[in-house]
Amino acid sequence: MPVQPILSADHAARNMAELEPKYSPQEAVTEANRCLFCFDAPCIMACPTGIDIPAFIKKITSGNVTGSARTILESNVLGASCARVCPTEVLCEGACVMLDRDEQPIKIGRLQRYATDHVFENNIRVLHAPEKKSGKRVALIGGGPASLACAAELAQLGHQSVIFEKKPLAGGLNTYGIAYYKLTPEVSLKEVELVRELGVDMRTGVEIGRDMSGEDLLREYDAVFIGVGLGHTYRLDIPGEDLPEVVEALTFIEELHTKPLHDVAVGKRVAVIGCGNTAIDAVTQAKRLGADEAVIVYRRGEQDMPAYPYEYELAKNDGAEFLFHTLPVEVVSENGHVTGLKLVRTAMGDDGKMTTVPGSEYVRPFDMVIKALGQEKMATMLHQIFPELTLNRNGTIQRDKQTGATSIPHVYAGGDAANGGAEVVNAVGEGKKAARGMHALLTGQTVDGPVQWTRVGVQGRPVGSGLDHPVRVPELEAAYAAGGQ
Amino acid sequence: MADLSINLAGIRSPNPFWVASAPPANTAYQAHRAFEAGWGGVVWKTIGDPILNVSSRYSSMNYGGHRMVGFNNIELISDRAPETNFREIKEVKERWPNHAVIASLMTDTRENWHDYMKRSRDCGADGVELNFGCPHGMCERGMGSAVGQNPDVIETIVSWVMEAAEIPVIVKLTPNITSITHAARAAKRAGADAISMINTINSITQVDLDRMCPEPYVAGKSTHGGYCGPAVKPIALNMVQECAADPDVAIPISGIGGISTWKDAAEFIALGSTSVQVCTAIMHYGFRIVEDMIDGLNDYLDRAGMKSVNELIGKAVHTVNRWETLDLNYKRIARIDYDKCIGCNLCFIACEDGAHQAIALVAPEEKKVGLGPGRLPGKAIPSIKEDECVGCNLCALVCPVDQCITMVDVETGRDPMSWRDYQERMANGQMQPIPPHP
Repeated sequence: MPVQPILSADHAARNMAELEPKYSPQEAVTEANRCLFCFDAPCIMACPTGIDIPAFIKKITSGNVTGSARTILESNVLGASCARVCPTEVLCEGACVMLDRDEQPIKIGRLQRYATDHVFENNIRVLHAPEKKSGKRVALIGGGPASLACAAELAQLGHQSVIFEKKPLAGGLNTYGIAYYKLTPEVSLKEVELVRELGVDMRTGVEIGRDMSGEDLLREYDAVFIGVGLGHTYRLDIPGEDLPEVVEALTFIEELHTKPLHDVAVGKRVAVIGCGNTAIDAVTQAKRLGADEAVIVYRRGEQDMPAYPYEYELAKNDGAEFLFHTLPVEVVSENGHVTGLKLVRTAMGDDGKMTTVPGSEYVRPFDMVIKALGQEKMATMLHQIFPELTLNRNGTIQRDKQTGATSIPHVYAGGDAANGGAEVVNAVGEGKKAARGMHALLTGQTVDGPVQWTRVGVQGRPVGSGLDHPVRVPELEAAYAAGGQ
Repeated sequence: MADLSINLAGIRSPNPFWVASAPPANTAYQAHRAFEAGWGGVVWKTIGDPILNVSSRYSSMNYGGHRMVGFNNIELISDRAPETNFREIKEVKERWPNHAVIASLMTDTRENWHDYMKRSRDCGADGVELNFGCPHGMCERGMGSAVGQNPDVIETIVSWVMEAAEIPVIVKLTPNITSITHAARAAKRAGADAISMINTINSITQVDLDRMCPEPYVAGKSTHGGYCGPAVKPIALNMVQECAADPDVAIPISGIGGISTWKDAAEFIALGSTSVQVCTAIMHYGFRIVEDMIDGLNDYLDRAGMKSVNELIGKAVHTVNRWETLDLNYKRIARIDYDKCIGCNLCFIACEDGAHQAIALVAPEEKKVGLGPGRLPGKAIPSIKEDECVGCNLCALVCPVDQCITMVDVETGRDPMSWRDYQERMANGQMQPIPPHP
């Protein structure tokens, strides 16, 4: 049977409400007052966009919420969405010194949301581009987080830019592809508007490679930024994959962003193949849309899953089921519709190779299968636009990590297309760095690394911030294990 | 269990904790509740000619998420008739004969003072407290702090009171004066049995920047209020010690000002108070706070090996001396316990911008210190420049971790020398001037 929407409008809206309610002013000030206002704070170094976190928190305590949002958005124009979707536990909050005092880290993400919501809800404009323009023009391919951050930074440096986005709306995965209860498209679109207000020209519905060529761009613009993200989900390559109830996770999530919540169809018994963070979004969303069963099917074990531990907890709390060491070998159907999955158990050999357990096949009934195996690289499309562009062996764009410069002069890159798929905040950091790289190319002037000039490091050398030297908690822990006494 | 009972100039109470003359001591109902909770005494809200109050009366200073760190009020003395107050004191005394009930008084003429003294004795009050401190409203009418700010007037009025005094007289002093010892000496000269301090401090707690008017807001206007609460404790301790150490004062003291805990109380007692009076903490949390005050003081006295709270009275008074007697050759420096350091580096920036540039940021390897969640790879850690450290204590004060930065004594090899010694030695030709700091 084709799958149908299950819940009423009210019920769906309730289930999809934001995970954590917004702070009241008193809650925000109480939480902000816990912050020690560290000098050269570790949280700043753990933020890939280098937001001056203690400064924005201090401003919340004084009631200067607009200034707080300005501090955030000047460093990270997508600060409102990052406040919601950042894995703060392994970034800023994971580096918080409070952890060393055996206390809860400061709730940096929620405070950031409080400050940025304040300016968006009250239509307060905090960012301004300089009046004097450089006369340089940059084209950005793709309208996702990397391009938005790059364009915002370029605008603040006095350059004009144009974003070409093939979809009807800009924002990329922030608009179309993140679990609804984490980030609604409205927030993403407000950020797009913020970038537009800086003077960035948004041309949506334009596909580079079809409507314009890479050559056209290089001729008409002083530099080009590639922020195209990634492509379709990898194929399962098993029989039955093309049945109508076998969908890509991002397509499933996108439906929630483009249709009324109660019009999104979902199976009663849903299998999600894969166990990354997108798989978690999909399985949780299926459950919240009313599926009786929503099951993650993952060929490896619990300890191997790429999803963050708190995402795993979230899905379990929502009632998702996890089948580890299980591999789908066939999508079973009747009359052209999915009726189940043929599964087989896997085992890890002594040589570290995964094998299937002979005779362990069984069929479990499902009426919907969601594929969440990670996204393909855009190699074909990239070479269609820039035939000369050098790609890495894994299909990502080869570029200088500090400046974003690619193998082609005047062409820069950042975001998922360059890093292979990371967080929104990484895309923002890379977009920002590429903007500074282009600024150096176009004007011969560099933008100095450390955002906080008062912060000095060992022997007076600047420490910089997470923009230049991002530190994540796993790296921190590794360094601690290696160098700690 | 130590003995907590006290005798302040003849006023006995089972413990040194008294409810100060203020809104919590307005009625018999409140006094009963206070004694039931464990308070040793109540100083009645000031009795005088009934007044009229404005509606909006209190305001506070909040800091870092804490409410009422400082508190102010523009309320006047009791708005009830004197006969009502004296009648209720009588009722309370009948039910609580072993607890102290003190009538706080404020009036004007010699005859009125004599009348109030007689009525206080007749109602069975254990003593009286003369309110020479109220800094708002009443002072505009020549009473309260208008009296307390003029030692001659204090002396005159106290001498009138003493003419009719058959029960102990405490004079409550205002801190809104250049030196409180002058006021205390005047009270003593006129024969007062004891003094109490401090009354509230002239204050404006905050300005509402939208209405351009301070709080408490009264129909478009405000006025100077009396400031109290935890924020005033250091000022009160200073004044209590000054009076306790003054040989020309030498009468018992009831300490008041920001007392919220047994520890605050013990500090007031160690600096010369016999009893302590509490208001703001009660207005914040209710009479129940006394349970911990009694318990905590008892436990402290046991630990300190004191059998009675009276052994604590004035114990620290004589460690407070003139600056010129302090040893210039005593030296301490800061020491950081890197096992406790969480990497906030607040000590660094405080010393760098706010003090003596005696903390460097160095590579962790230099101090042979491992990494921790607060110590990121490449991130500097603080290191005390021992030659530059003057031992000012600032870093230890700003450090958010207990016992992470400690101040340790350093042997200088030099004999003790105060500023006074130094002046004498130079005058005698025993030493040359020490060159100024570069």
